Amino acid sequence: MATDQAKLPKLSILPGAEPNLASASYCIRNESHTLGNAVRWMLMKNPSVEFCGYSVPHPSEPVIHIRIQMYDQKSSLDALLTALDDLDTLFETINDKYNSSLQSDSFERWEEQS
Amino acid sequence: MPSAAPPSDRNLVGVHKEYVSNVSSTDYPGHYPGEDHSWDLGLFNERCRVQVQRLSQRSIEFDLVGVDASVANALRRVIIAEVPTVAIEQVYVWNNTSVIVDEVLSHRLGLVPLNVDPRLLEFRSTDPDVPDIPTDQNTMVFRLNVRCERNPAARRDETDPEVLYRNSNVLASHITWVPQVEQATTFAKLTPASTKPNIVLAKLRPGQEIELEMHATKNIGMEHAKWSPVATASYRLLPLIILKAPIPPHLCRKFAKCFAPGVVEVVKNSRTGQDEVKIVNPRKDTVSREVLRHEEFEGLVELKRQRDFFIFNIESEGPYSPEELLPEAITTIRNKIKVIRDAAQKLVVDMTIDT
Repeated sequence: MATDQAKLPKLSILPGAEPNLASASYCIRNESHTLGNAVRWMLMKNPSVEFCGYSVPHPSEPVIHIRIQMYDQKSSLDALLTALDDLDTLFETINDKYNSSLQSDSFERWEEQS
Repeated sequence: MPSAAPPSDRNLVGVHKEYVSNVSSTDYPGHYPGEDHSWDLGLFNERCRVQVQRLSQRSIEFDLVGVDASVANALRRVIIAEVPTVAIEQVYVWNNTSVIVDEVLSHRLGLVPLNVDPRLLEFRSTDPDVPDIPTDQNTMVFRLNVRCERNPAARRDETDPEVLYRNSNVLASHITWVPQVEQATTFAKLTPASTKPNIVLAKLRPGQEIELEMHATKNIGMEHAKWSPVATASYRLLPLIILKAPIPPHLCRKFAKCFAPGVVEVVKNSRTGQDEVKIVNPRKDTVSREVLRHEEFEGLVELKRQRDFFIFNIESEGPYSPEELLPEAITTIRNKIKVIRDAAQKLVVDMTIDT
């Protein structure tokens, strides 16, 4: 199945990007809407990002494209890195809150018939 | 910049007779003049709330409040398609004289849920440079040897095949585990088998037999649904019922009947002694919109959903207990983020070398 795909890089810059990466489109392989939409949302939370959008160019190819355009000639790659870091801490926070809720044991336990 | 508390109806989705309104989130920097909506971990920590509501041995219901739909959806999608499990992948049929053909039987075997903890196994190689070799680290071996025979003790006029024959039904409980190398100690806690012993795999008649060997591997639901750890994993938004004006006393019963049981109650007003409606538990509502069909309630009630209040419901159907699934999904998602982060970091290094 993915015989030649494993050779391709996980992340690449699509042709047409500005040399300083102030605006660029990125191609991420073996990813889908799952992370595409979440990363797009986190990038849009950045005030330096002028525009961010993502797409799945073809439903039978496991590839997503993310377009990032920055204000003030900032680097979109740096914005992507911060967005990924922030997304990681977001999920860490959710995990901590979930675990403390589980440990507090303040929920209904019931026996489910199967 | 300090910003005033945003209007409370901003995160409410309107549910109308024939359409829904205000569906997209707008909490981005630059959307509202003078308001800062940039990412703030402290603020997120304050607003985000996770509360487990109900837990059974098979399912869990919990609230995830204060996150965007893209985050809740990422969790849902990862639970369904990217949390690994172990399922039968290769079937070597030595003998099968039953009426069910080899390929159909093999497919059925693949769908049998196994209680094998995927955290104790490795993935099989998909890298063309690394040969895919089954070892005790990545493959579990099972056998199924069943032969149907007549039951000599059965009465002559017996018609029930279960009494007439032995092993007339091949069940998931007939699958036996064959430990390889160190697996006997690694999996000593729980003998690998199907989580559901009563699944009928095939039906046999006297003289028919099935003899086969199965190799189970670790993989994810994206490859095939048999590796999905859940029956369902879904979320819904918290429903809200907003009364704009009092419901006339003679219509209170009709109003209450427009909602799912337990959502709206008719109570007596302590002062006037007249009937009035009380919204008891909007969480139970199905948002059927029945109340919007009646002219007499027009303008008296509004239906809403809270856009950042996700009521998750997860039904586990594999080796994980239901409360383990969200942490597993978060582990998977954080690994995915790390892979992309490393690739982005590599790109930064490559760019600096080029220039």
